[in-house]
Amino acid sequence: MIQVVEEALAQHGAAATVSRVGCIGLCYAEPLLDVTLPGGPRVFYGNVTPAAAAEIIETHVVGGAPVERLAMGYIPGPDGVDSAGGIPETVASLDSHPLRAVETKIALRNAGNIDPGDIYQYVANGGYHALNRALTEMTPEETVEQVNASGLRGRGGAAFPTGTKWRFLAGSNAPVKYILCNCEEGDPGAFNDKAIVESDPHTLIEGILLAGYATGANAGYIFIRHGHDGPIDRAREALIQAKEIGLVGQDIMGSGFNFELEVALTGDSYVAGEESALMEAIEGSRAMPRFRPPFPAQFGLFGKPTNINNVKTLAYVPQIIANGGDWFASIGHEQSKGTVILCLTGDLKYTGMIEVPLGINLRDVLYEAAGGVPDGKSLKLIQSGGPLGGVLGADHVDVVLDFEVLRSAGAILGSGGIIAADEDTCVVDLTRALIAFCQYESCGKCFPCRMGMSHLLEVLERICRLEGTLEDLALMRKVGENMQAGSLCGHGQLGFNPVSSALRYFGDEFEAHIVGRTCPTGVCLKPKFSPALTRR
Amino acid sequence: MEGLAQRISQAMLGQEQATITILSTLLAVQDELGYLAKEAIELVAGFTDSTINDVWAVASFYPNFRFEPPCLHQVEVCWGASCHLVGAMPLMEAVMEACELESEGDREDGRLSLRFNTCLGACAHAPVIAIDHHLMGRQTPETARERIGGLLR
Repeated sequence: MIQVVEEALAQHGAAATVSRVGCIGLCYAEPLLDVTLPGGPRVFYGNVTPAAAAEIIETHVVGGAPVERLAMGYIPGPDGVDSAGGIPETVASLDSHPLRAVETKIALRNAGNIDPGDIYQYVANGGYHALNRALTEMTPEETVEQVNASGLRGRGGAAFPTGTKWRFLAGSNAPVKYILCNCEEGDPGAFNDKAIVESDPHTLIEGILLAGYATGANAGYIFIRHGHDGPIDRAREALIQAKEIGLVGQDIMGSGFNFELEVALTGDSYVAGEESALMEAIEGSRAMPRFRPPFPAQFGLFGKPTNINNVKTLAYVPQIIANGGDWFASIGHEQSKGTVILCLTGDLKYTGMIEVPLGINLRDVLYEAAGGVPDGKSLKLIQSGGPLGGVLGADHVDVVLDFEVLRSAGAILGSGGIIAADEDTCVVDLTRALIAFCQYESCGKCFPCRMGMSHLLEVLERICRLEGTLEDLALMRKVGENMQAGSLCGHGQLGFNPVSSALRYFGDEFEAHIVGRTCPTGVCLKPKFSPALTRR
Repeated sequence: MEGLAQRISQAMLGQEQATITILSTLLAVQDELGYLAKEAIELVAGFTDSTINDVWAVASFYPNFRFEPPCLHQVEVCWGASCHLVGAMPLMEAVMEACELESEGDREDGRLSLRFNTCLGACAHAPVIAIDHHLMGRQTPETARERIGGLLR
């Protein structure tokens, strides 16, 4: 696409700058192309084909008139709404788009708006000012205190208070301490960590540097799965730029603060995203969780005190330091402060990535922002929090997004992935697919998880073949209890969630398969495939 | 064979990051060769001051490592939950048929290998396949058959 654009520009001899930007969140309409004429609004085109791109260059860039037929919206130029002059009336402001109307952008403020490959675009938008402020005006203790006051909680799934976690590390006077940024992100249905690194890597680097300064750590790693070249390349490129101008390395901004940062890669392993397995992978071993205690803040990477945060958590930190912890705490709901970055996928009209204040109603997110289920079908359930999360029946989506509320409903907010499923979905088949994933990804260290997942999958496959018995349901509960009690990490401890939440909301559908010997949606009668190789 | 050892050494020495481990070295070798040759296991053990057992322990854990030379093309089909809900199963069926394979694995003629991937990370564009690591979203059995047919023609 970029090639088509550049060729078309060259052909017309047009003097235009082509910026490669990250994700603005309107994934359903990708590929996106937008055009800004000097002083004018930014006009967006969605689902752009090569032919459409050529037409847009010719008519809009060269001819000066937006292609009304293809335009999906505009963002006002520097002079505000008035600068929408020249935009046909049928083209609406992009801010009225359902996905964008609900948003409050903090961590994603730059995503899709700046060139992630250019550190100066980040700086020009206030970037690294928070770091400068912390290094020149604040002590490390004050920096931790601001994060503590913000009420920020870990966005990787566990929702642990970030300020408390930082205090653990700050309390250690060991000479070598580490900050690890977790971008393993193996949850199917979540891509917000990768999107932040791809779209605005410097906000993450600034967050890591602030974490290092606050806790007295002088080295860190950004941990990404091998093969996810977009985030890997962007993170490495951003690190080179930050090192070149003295923002990473020795004596940062002349303050005497030193911090070394590099990208570490893991092989394919979902459990590598678990904090102690992550450290094993950085050390170059099998990604298997460790016994705790000792906790990472005492004995972490290479045996040194270590703090591990998710990408999203760290991406909030620069704005918290810039605007104060109280500002962040003023957004959100009860004990869930700030915003949440949601990845909306599955059977939705507008799939995408949005940043919304915590406390927003899930129903509004699904039906207003994401436009509901397409093709006139009805919503059956949502699956949230990754494969270890849970499902929520469509009748129960009238809840506010809040860590505690969702947990008590049997689903979890997790990393922000929300997958919607329409009426054609078979819950038993979906549960089987989720457990197939969990079984495939069990690292094998704890036998209740290793064998329990295999056992659950075997039983679910039997129910899908309409050969299950009612005793199978009791058997699964027993296996699930053993997994929860006997596993070192969340993979085994939470691994029964997909089954328990499905049974909670859709017990009758399991009974239809077992007692009625029928799959109401017919999905289970169709062929199914699973990977040939597992870690068994 | 000397050429192979040389390529492995170059890949091991060419790592730019400061922290060199068994895993980072294996990834660097696979990036260069497309697989982990038997010689690579021994050379990585020497390079990282570890044993062949240590290296095998890591290499056998991560399913992205392969131990046979790569096929000409790599086809991956995502079976994450988002893709599953919007048609990964019929897509997998069509892809296996187009690849003329019964399951994951390599074609005997070496023209392509097929892998099921737990999540390719482009969930908003589900269902997703990847050909030679190039992601392709919103696939149907028809579009996937056509793309794979193009690889085999």
